[in-house]
Amino acid sequence: MPSYRTDLSGTRYSFRDLAHLLAAATPRRSGDALAGIAAASDVERMAARFVLADLPLATFLQESVVPYEEDEVTRLILDRHDRAAFAPVAHLTIGGLREWILGKATPAALAAVAPGLTPEMAAAVSKIMRNQDLIAAARKCRVVTAFRTTLGLPGRMAVRLQPNHPTDDPTGVAAAILDGLLMGCGDAVIGINPATDSIDNIVTLLTLIDELRQRFAIPTQSCVLSHVTSTILAIERGAPVDLTFQSVAGTEAANRGFGVDLTLLREAHEATRSLQRGTVGDNVMYFETGQGSALSADAHHGVDQQTLECRAYAVAREFSPLLVNSVVGFIGPEYLYDSKQIIRAGLEDHFCGKLLGLPMGVDVCYTNHAEADQDDMDSLLTLLGVAGVNFVIGVPGADDIMLNYQSTSFHDALYVRRALDLRPAPEFEAWLEAVELSDGQGGIRPIGFDRGGMMLGWDGGVP
Amino acid sequence: MIDDSPVKYDALRAATAARIALGRAGDALPTAPLLDFQLAHARARDAVYTELDADAIAAALSGHEIVRMRSQAADRGEYLRRPDLGRRVDPAGLVALRPGDYDAAFVVADGLSAMAVNRQAVALVAAVCALLGGWRVAPVVLVQQGRVAIGDEIGAALGASLVVVLLGERPGLSAADSLGAYLTWAPEPGRRDSERNCISNIRPGGLPIATAADQLAWLMREARSRRLSGIDLKEDRLSLLAASAAIERPP
Repeated sequence: MPSYRTDLSGTRYSFRDLAHLLAAATPRRSGDALAGIAAASDVERMAARFVLADLPLATFLQESVVPYEEDEVTRLILDRHDRAAFAPVAHLTIGGLREWILGKATPAALAAVAPGLTPEMAAAVSKIMRNQDLIAAARKCRVVTAFRTTLGLPGRMAVRLQPNHPTDDPTGVAAAILDGLLMGCGDAVIGINPATDSIDNIVTLLTLIDELRQRFAIPTQSCVLSHVTSTILAIERGAPVDLTFQSVAGTEAANRGFGVDLTLLREAHEATRSLQRGTVGDNVMYFETGQGSALSADAHHGVDQQTLECRAYAVAREFSPLLVNSVVGFIGPEYLYDSKQIIRAGLEDHFCGKLLGLPMGVDVCYTNHAEADQDDMDSLLTLLGVAGVNFVIGVPGADDIMLNYQSTSFHDALYVRRALDLRPAPEFEAWLEAVELSDGQGGIRPIGFDRGGMMLGWDGGVP
Repeated sequence: MIDDSPVKYDALRAATAARIALGRAGDALPTAPLLDFQLAHARARDAVYTELDADAIAAALSGHEIVRMRSQAADRGEYLRRPDLGRRVDPAGLVALRPGDYDAAFVVADGLSAMAVNRQAVALVAAVCALLGGWRVAPVVLVQQGRVAIGDEIGAALGASLVVVLLGERPGLSAADSLGAYLTWAPEPGRRDSERNCISNIRPGGLPIATAADQLAWLMREARSRRLSGIDLKEDRLSLLAASAAIERPP
């Protein structure tokens, strides 16, 4: 094992292994402090970054932060590592990788090298990057996926329409869907977090969205974000399943806490693809992640939460997902204390996911016990728009009345699309023009709820 | 189709408390809904930082012996950063607890909204105790900076067969004063969340005190007769609550 140490002004800093080094190099974060693995001081954190910057990328293929024998995510990462893709950067250190990404690397080169990068390499390079580096580098990464819409194209940003309701009332859900459509949202997916995970309920909600989609000829996909086993049962019942959702994490033990493993995800992926419901692509998986989930499940192996988050992306990329969403501020202040930590984590997750080849979206969000508010969400949303985020979340008035947290709103989507000249997914944009919601200048006409319903030919009834 | 549409659109709107049909000022919110949202958030923030009014609660529960203590979290900031400390009793407090032959213990903690506790806890304790007949109830323990699992240590120290922890839930924008009640059979440190039963959203406009007391008393009797709590003690009328509670970890 290499030695990880450096001297700064006469003081020796040493780190016992790669996991310790990565944790110490991470920007300050309440979740790492809670786990007892954060740097003891700011100078120790810098010492770790100096060591990390000089570390050859090859080190990451020789030392695992979670043992290969104990963890199927580690095995996935190393067994799937693409040596040929890695070759162009194989000679670099982490510091050199940063300079290559920000300098010479073209979007095509970044896409080509993605299968050769491991999550730990991505995490490591992000730890020595400033926020502007994370934005500039992510902008260069293009990850395009498709189902009924094409997502991730340059100059475009999609929105997941999230019409949650505390009792899954179909009429209440439909009302929120209409509200979002009238503000140009829903091109990433119309996706409901169900209040109850019963199969009957899931089938009811899937049928509701699917009938609305077909009645109004909306080019988009639907999803009910239930557990993967429930979605498999819904498929067996013949329900209209476009996408299969699952929360995933960066260790085998944390995934077990979510009730999943790679075998189950493979089964779900194949079952969903076999339905062949996509029209312009066949990316059928939707994954959600978030820093802190492994610690929350007591399955972190002494690894910092941002590195583990990147390992969750290795799980996701195995299944060519349509959407990957870091729910960055949802987990609470014991993992990300305030807006500074939430904003930094959101930019890290977006960049690292993109670098690894994933179609990253971010749920720009917070809970009421975190030191954050809607002003901070405006900042992160704008930063992610500049960084080229594939999609964000749209909740009526930014207030999710089922999950009890604040995200971004349909209005926020209008704002960021206008401010940064971002357009919806092309298929959805054509639909917005056809139903005359577009204002012809890249925006959405301000049309009231009732009049908008009539324009769509909606009689207010619910399937 | 369009003739009767206003009525049906009203029905659509009425079916959800979500912030729909807010209108627009350019791409932004009109001023009134903008400020409404900020007011709701301000209420929630204030609730997180409200302090437990232990004097008033003790006075109102004059029929009960009261023991006051705090967790190992020194202040709200530490409480928010270190949930583990909010689950442990400050050692100075533990010595005040004497084991007895108790059927049940009530722990009243601030949780994430002392506002909820200050408003709802006394009435709920009184209503539940009225339904419990001859139960031997331990002194009521009031805890500052406490989380659900602190009841395990307290219940064990009291020798109580079961513990009910009442505490403020994480404030939402629609309600900042929701009380949660968590029941644990045979409390001892290390109990898992799956070994608890939860009744949540206890507040005016949510689950009324009387209904919550009925449900809680039912759960307590069931736990006592079956000598367990948690996922094995779910009943259909409570399964929806359990499902919604499973979405997030308790405060």
